Amino acid sequence: MAVLYPQSRTCPYHPPAAYDPLREGAPMHRVRLYQGGTAWVVTRYDLARRLLADRRLSSDRTNPRFPVMAPRFEAFKRFPRRTLIGMDEPEHGRYRRMLISEFAVRRIRAMRPDIEAVVRRFLDEMLAAGPPADLVSAFSLPVPSMVICRLLGVPYDDHDFFQAASRHLVHARTADESLAAREELDGYIGGLIDRKGFGPGLLRTLMDGPFATGEMDREDLLSVSMLLLVAGHETTASMISLGVITLLERPDQLAVLRAEPETMVTAVEELLRFLSIADIAGMRCAKADIELDGQTVAAGEGVIVSNFINNRDADAFPDPDTFDVRRPARHHLAFGYGVHQCLAVPVEELPLRLGDSIQGVDRLPITWWTTQGEVRSRARGHGPR
Amino acid sequence: MRVTADREVCISAGTCALTAPELFEQDDDGIVTLLHADPGSHEEAAREAAGLCPSGAVQITE
Repeated sequence: MAVLYPQSRTCPYHPPAAYDPLREGAPMHRVRLYQGGTAWVVTRYDLARRLLADRRLSSDRTNPRFPVMAPRFEAFKRFPRRTLIGMDEPEHGRYRRMLISEFAVRRIRAMRPDIEAVVRRFLDEMLAAGPPADLVSAFSLPVPSMVICRLLGVPYDDHDFFQAASRHLVHARTADESLAAREELDGYIGGLIDRKGFGPGLLRTLMDGPFATGEMDREDLLSVSMLLLVAGHETTASMISLGVITLLERPDQLAVLRAEPETMVTAVEELLRFLSIADIAGMRCAKADIELDGQTVAAGEGVIVSNFINNRDADAFPDPDTFDVRRPARHHLAFGYGVHQCLAVPVEELPLRLGDSIQGVDRLPITWWTTQGEVRSRARGHGPR
Repeated sequence: MRVTADREVCISAGTCALTAPELFEQDDDGIVTLLHADPGSHEEAAREAAGLCPSGAVQITE
């Protein structure tokens, strides 16, 4: 019987043991989806990259045969909405280009002092409050939240609301829950659009530009605002929390990082590879029959590129289950690959590379604990709470 | 080694400008601008940039 996919992690550092058969033999395996039906899971790094760049695979989530991996994706089928991650070329390229100038490396680097100040502020507050500190609520969640607000031009005062709504959207257990969360966010963002409530930032640039000229309609603006507001939140917060725990649990690796601060650059990529938190983001549907080294994906079949499993391919990353802060791992697939690769790669390198701003703090003695069962694992969004 | 960067194919991921800033820049729209077709002493960085480019816009011929 085919392996059920996806399954929750039992350990944040390793793919579920039930995936072991998928990591052996052929580079692609048919898996069972939770609603019944099957799809292909790609588990070899080379093939994953080839397929993520293959135009015969569609990202259109409204396609009736698109693989449904979790209840929240059913909502896409019931109430389709045009969204960047669900578009194919050439439409996708046209929309991506409207956003991209705001994510240009130069632009993001100019934000660095601002981001450093945010990091410093929450560290100082945590230190001033004294022990014990809850890393998740005192640091992991507010840092990405405030950075995203500044990037987009959304009022930070509203962060409690949209943090909660984002979490509802990502962790929805039913299609109805996910639709309700979408409506909540629609109402909030719609309000900002109607009263021109965006501060300086990406969303105001879109409003004054493509929205004003009619290239984007209100629905497009809502959809893209929601994507940008939600996509970076849970992911970055989970990376910060799990990244800290990963290092605390590996004192030898933490010691390397402390002794050789320049290792931070490779350590960040290794954390992204090792934790692969957005491990089911690479969902596609075949538009044509695709022959692959003796296996055939038939037109209409679902294809899932599992970042987590591919990032543990020994051919691409020797001794893949070992965490090594010195490992050159930039070629990992944690941000995806191909035209749908995460827009925010230049942003992600910043908050994770702020070596200077944590000087002093990194020398503090740390006693820490997690409550058993607190490191939760879901189909998406793996992080301590 | 020769380096090429196809501005039509580029999706502005920024990977090349992050990896080999001596060879690549992004213009104001985020699209790749090739600074030197001959990588000179930056062959290794050019190879890495080509390997990481998610759209296949950056290519090298040896």
